[in-house]
Amino acid sequence: MAEAEDDLEQGGSPGPRPFWSGTITFGLVSIPVALYPASRPRRAGMRMVTNEGVPLQRKYVSSETERELEWDDIVRGYEIEKGKFVVVTDEELEAVEPRKSRDIDLRLFVDAGELDPRYFDRGYFLTPAGGSNKAYRLLAAVMEKTGKAGLATFIMRTKEYVIAILAENGILRAETLRFADEVRKPEDVGLPKKKKAPAAEVKKLEKAIKAKTKKVDFSEFLDDSIAQLEAVARKKQKQKKAIVHHEEEAGADEGGEVIDLLEVLSRSLGSAGQRRPAKRAPRKNGGGLSKLSKEELYERAKKKDVPGRSGMTKEELIEALEG
Amino acid sequence: MAARAMWKGVIQIGSHELPVKLYSAVQDRSVRFRLLDKKDKSPVRQQMVNSETGDPVEPDEIQKAFPIDRNTLVVLEDEDLETIEPEASRDIEITRFVAPEEIDHRWYERAYYLGPDRNSEDYFALAEALEKTGKEGVARWVMRKKPYVGALRADEGYLMLIALRNADEVVASEDLSPPQGRKLDKRELDMAEQLIEAFSGELDLSEFRDTYRDRVKELVETKASGGKVKLKKFKPRVDKDESLEDTLAASLAGLKKRSAGGRG
Repeated sequence: MAEAEDDLEQGGSPGPRPFWSGTITFGLVSIPVALYPASRPRRAGMRMVTNEGVPLQRKYVSSETERELEWDDIVRGYEIEKGKFVVVTDEELEAVEPRKSRDIDLRLFVDAGELDPRYFDRGYFLTPAGGSNKAYRLLAAVMEKTGKAGLATFIMRTKEYVIAILAENGILRAETLRFADEVRKPEDVGLPKKKKAPAAEVKKLEKAIKAKTKKVDFSEFLDDSIAQLEAVARKKQKQKKAIVHHEEEAGADEGGEVIDLLEVLSRSLGSAGQRRPAKRAPRKNGGGLSKLSKEELYERAKKKDVPGRSGMTKEELIEALEG
Repeated sequence: MAARAMWKGVIQIGSHELPVKLYSAVQDRSVRFRLLDKKDKSPVRQQMVNSETGDPVEPDEIQKAFPIDRNTLVVLEDEDLETIEPEASRDIEITRFVAPEEIDHRWYERAYYLGPDRNSEDYFALAEALEKTGKEGVARWVMRKKPYVGALRADEGYLMLIALRNADEVVASEDLSPPQGRKLDKRELDMAEQLIEAFSGELDLSEFRDTYRDRVKELVETKASGGKVKLKKFKPRVDKDESLEDTLAASLAGLKKRSAGGRG
């Protein structure tokens, strides 16, 4: 994206690079923003290798002839009944898009406390872009003061998303939400009808809860399984018991994601306000990126050093690569 | 139709034990495509190959390796992995109870319902006790060899367990400084507040439908019955160069004109 290129020209590190940018609109107000994933990339875990430690690659083969297939040999199909497919092309998918737009259409403000955790999917930070600094700060300030969250829809790639926009500490965040028919109700799961609980048991449990009430300790939320894996791997390497494979190509490794998301965000929040919005040519859906597998897209994102790539969905990877 | 439980566990609160069943609270309905061979439209298969030679590698020849730095992979055997596998257990250990606002939406990963396994009186007693105290529990459990941290809370009389994101991954907005600039104008703040009030309403997420999913299904049906797909043109939006104050004022004026016509 344009911003990343600017930085490269100035000799900075590659980034910040949002994977999507659009414009929040409500009333006649429009606020251009960039989206960044709110989660740091997970450190890479295990890789698959041969007995000699050579990394594996995924290839596609015909299930009939076992012939290896290139991307040009592959089309996308929708299964209408078992084993029966209708081929769907990129152009056709583009044609059914409701409207090609970069608008984040803010439709409704609700009390932030009413949002249901079952709906939350993925989190993003929104940063001001293209001179929107003041409008951005204004929206964040008022949303925070009134305790409101904004519900908005936008289209990324061909898919429509519903997001909740939330303000905290003067910063706007977005959480993609699931659609109502993706969220189950207790009766959908078959939970039994509510029953009156024995008062004595409730009392006992209340007491137990109060006795165990403390402040939250976020270090409890730390999953150290990757660190443990690394410790085992390092020990094996030292003992010279392990098969160790050295890859020739430096920087191609999944662990090499050196960009600190915090730094990327800080820079974007601090400086994006003065930048002019990047002019985008309406792009062709060509390139066939959407046909690639997630792994294949990830490989390409790695080559381009897209920050946050390991936590990205397929759609996000395509956005980041195309942007 | 009742869903099948994904897992069974036992909530442990001090000396209290409560056997529960775990169900996913969400069901993904996104459109899925299959990759097909262009020639005969048969589904393609994935094959792992040696990245250096391109030779196919069969499942029993596949090993796992950990990348310890940018270009070094250390192969790990099953027995290495077993040493760090979390101990298999059915326990959902509640380590503490906290005020719900302490764990906010930025932590939410995925929601599960808990249902009673055997004793439903104790189940509803815990839900009621959580509601009465206004607290939620911090839960730890190991499901299919993976450790989880979650928030145990009551939701309309039922127990819910929300799996939380890893602390390493969550960027707190407190660690970031918000965009700076000149002090916001009181008039603009007031107008923005009025505009937000005017756009405020009751939360009803069923108002939002995945229309993309509908359209893809329609497209597929059209094609399946031999129909043609029409192409649409895209019209770019034009941004006007107006001051923020003018835009806010114009938005409010527009709303007043439409008066009680509801939200756009």
